[in-house]
Amino acid sequence: MRESIGRRRFLGYVLAAPTLVTAAEIGLRPTVAAASSAEFQLPSPGITDIVDLNDLMTVAAAPTSGLISVGVGQDGMVSFALPRAEVGQGITTSTAMLIAEELSVPLDRVRVTLADARPELVFNQLTGGSNTTFATYTPIRVAAAIARRRLLEAAAIELGSAVTDLSVRDGMIVDRSGRSIGFGALADKAASVRIEQVSVELTPRESFTVIGKPHSRIDALDAVTGRKKFAMDLDVPDAKPTMVCRAPTLNGKVGSVANLAEVRAMAGVTDVVVISTGVAVRAETFGQCIDAVRALRVSWKPGTAAGKSDEIVRRELERAELSLGLPPLTPTVEGKFTFYFRGNSALETNCAIADVRADRAEIWSALKSPIVAQRTIAAKLGLAPSRVAVHVVQGGGSFGRKLFFDAALEAAEVSQKIGKPVRLMWHRADDARQGRVHPMATSRVRVSYLGGTVLGYEQRHTSVATDLGHGLGEIITATAAQLPVGDIGFSETFFLLSQTMPYNFGATSQLLSETDKGFNTGSMRNVYSPDVACARELIVDQLAARMRKDPYRFRRDFLRDDRSRAVLDKVAEVGGWGRALPAGTAQGIAFHAEYKSVSAALVEIDCRPETVNRPIREGVAGPRVTRAVFAVDVGLAVNPRGLEAQMMGGISDGIALALTSSLHLRDGYFLEASWDNYFYTRQWNTPLALQIIVMPSTSEQPGGAGELGVAPAMAAVACAYGRATGTMPTSFPINHGTLSFEPKPTVPPVPPSPTDGLSHAR
Amino acid sequence: MPERTFRVNGEQVTVNVPDDVRLLWVLRDVLGITGPKYGCGINVCKACTSHLNGKEVNPCAIPVKDLQPADEVTTIEGLPATVGRELHPMQQAWLDHDVVQCGYCQPGQIMAAVALVRRVAAQGRAITDDDLDGLRNICRCGTYFRIREAVKAGAANM
Ligand code: FES
Ligand code: FES
Repeated sequence: MRESIGRRRFLGYVLAAPTLVTAAEIGLRPTVAAASSAEFQLPSPGITDIVDLNDLMTVAAAPTSGLISVGVGQDGMVSFALPRAEVGQGITTSTAMLIAEELSVPLDRVRVTLADARPELVFNQLTGGSNTTFATYTPIRVAAAIARRRLLEAAAIELGSAVTDLSVRDGMIVDRSGRSIGFGALADKAASVRIEQVSVELTPRESFTVIGKPHSRIDALDAVTGRKKFAMDLDVPDAKPTMVCRAPTLNGKVGSVANLAEVRAMAGVTDVVVISTGVAVRAETFGQCIDAVRALRVSWKPGTAAGKSDEIVRRELERAELSLGLPPLTPTVEGKFTFYFRGNSALETNCAIADVRADRAEIWSALKSPIVAQRTIAAKLGLAPSRVAVHVVQGGGSFGRKLFFDAALEAAEVSQKIGKPVRLMWHRADDARQGRVHPMATSRVRVSYLGGTVLGYEQRHTSVATDLGHGLGEIITATAAQLPVGDIGFSETFFLLSQTMPYNFGATSQLLSETDKGFNTGSMRNVYSPDVACARELIVDQLAARMRKDPYRFRRDFLRDDRSRAVLDKVAEVGGWGRALPAGTAQGIAFHAEYKSVSAALVEIDCRPETVNRPIREGVAGPRVTRAVFAVDVGLAVNPRGLEAQMMGGISDGIALALTSSLHLRDGYFLEASWDNYFYTRQWNTPLALQIIVMPSTSEQPGGAGELGVAPAMAAVACAYGRATGTMPTSFPINHGTLSFEPKPTVPPVPPSPTDGLSHAR
Repeated sequence: MPERTFRVNGEQVTVNVPDDVRLLWVLRDVLGITGPKYGCGINVCKACTSHLNGKEVNPCAIPVKDLQPADEVTTIEGLPATVGRELHPMQQAWLDHDVVQCGYCQPGQIMAAVALVRRVAAQGRAITDDDLDGLRNICRCGTYFRIREAVKAGAANM
């Protein structure tokens, strides 16, 4: 009976199976309903005070009947298929920790795999919005706790003792006299022949021995020995290397091909076929694919951004910007910031294996929205979704890319057209030039104040349209109607839901306007926050200066709660805020809250000419962030070591976004074609000193973390740069105006493979 | 098709591939040795970094015809055997510092780190920040700082 379930009791199931399988509903939340609203009773409430993106994704998930289950095998191994994508964020490790905690089993006895597409999970198989731990924290523990209870009950019969006389240790159940029985031996005895509903209590936070303790990644050994398998490493019979020859301009389509027969006859080539995105080549090796792609003579139709440049898009954004209205009579601080296009390529390029037969298909790829992928691929192939098996493979990074399935769709199309399995991979040049980008955007901010009081904060964010059509959008549209946001589209809703105003700045209005759907866009380790927060924090520095306050003290005075102040205080203390530094170098400090988490960054930057102009071969030097201090409070950190890693990655991204990384649009295509053109953070840009402080737990629930670090890091670097140079930066990255490389040709679309490797041996 | 013979991870191999196919594809597509990763194909990302006769090379830039029968290619899979252990000290340092995130760049990072430490040791000096700044391998997950720590720790045990 639901009514009889008190605080900390949760319902789950024992499923009918030969060995023990227990389950809980994904989306299951603690029964304490009032807690989250109380947490958000703050002055000047915005929409995020009522409900934020994580709530929305979790609420959207609740009515579905999808169960996630924990199994115990006769070998004593505990298994769980996570309905999410592991792309480096460490969720397989944190998931194994949740199970290890509730089952008192060593971490290495827990096997976490990635679930194939499971359409019945509806909204619940989407990896995005830093939502995984937040949404799965309770149900995974419930399933594991039920397994523990069943194992105890089975052991009680076997050992002839009362359950209360038994304890669980290291995957064994032990009675008072020291007799023990392993999980493996109980796996079938604890199983059920019918589905049973069971209620359990979860381990209270005070008794955690695994959750909250630092653990190294469970896949680290595989990764450092080269055994970890990514999609292109899988051995699928006859799935031969396949690449696509693409247009010289963004999304250009094939007109005609002059030399199909000639290329088909090239060494190693097995197939050449025109597809919707270009000309696909299948060969014995990828090297031969590259040669064939380069040999193709194709005439192309214009693309979706024909003739466009950064400057043209900047004017489009200007026209689309929503008005701030008449300036108030009180003093104001105002600024406008431009953020150029950025590539969200992971190190693993877009790739997928497809084996399409007449009546069925099988796909392997790192997919964060496998259900949408399955449905879309099935429609393209003319098959029922149930005939398309979609296997989720561990990904070599995502940063937003893997929410989409561009390569899987292409691989399916090629495989169907040629009637053979394919191992399709994008060349890096394709990934950089035709792959998804973070949209170019501008942000205008106006703050009005009087004396020491801030009266109002307005921000107008204007962006090239972000494609959210990967399922995250569906969650929003499905749920938006129930929210007090009026009649606006889901991008705008998404924007409102993801933007918090952390300061007591009076009446706040933050609005999004989008324009131009001609680009292949996506989020990039967050959708809007890094740009929005960077603009906000730069203006906060200006406002502080106007009020003659120190940037740290000013933020501290205006932050809305103790938790926020605590992270800010922490970085100021550990980073030695205000310490004397030579001219041309400075500290910067910034704060950001999102995903029910709070974070602050303090950086020191060196902008002296001898540093900025230090010679770097085929790379950009620029100002050096010499030191970074970061404090984060995610409520409850399941794995502090993994959380630190996520923050470290976010800092690397924030540095890149502020200083070096962007795409240049000219004549309808992006100039950048590889890592020697696109300047993501490298060792020579990395802080020499880095401290990440994970704050003690302040909540019963873990908040999001995967994308959290980027915004405060980017903002702190921008603020530090402004303070070191005496000029607030208004365009990002700061070096966008200088083209630091010779653009590679667009025809052929991929560069030749070098031949001089031996001469570089060292 | 021409036959090419060389050594990979301590074993003699003979492959039938055209002369100009780059070693990376011979390893991955022909021999099924998938530790070296593709990240650019033009010798800039360093994801494919392996060793040739103990020196750091990028197989995406080496036509297979450049290899001689006595040449020894070592990929991440063969690194532990070069020191006769389960794990090379650099791999152990990577585990101790929990460097890996997605892991895609890490085989290349480790192979580059080992070569760096050997070069620096040959010069009879310790690793400096400048040496670490000179590591060109891209990590899009941004694990650079832990890499720096791990290289120093690995060097101490090599
Ligand atoms: S793939 Fe060889 S260096 Fe990038
Ligand atoms: S760990 Fe993902 S690219 Fe380095």
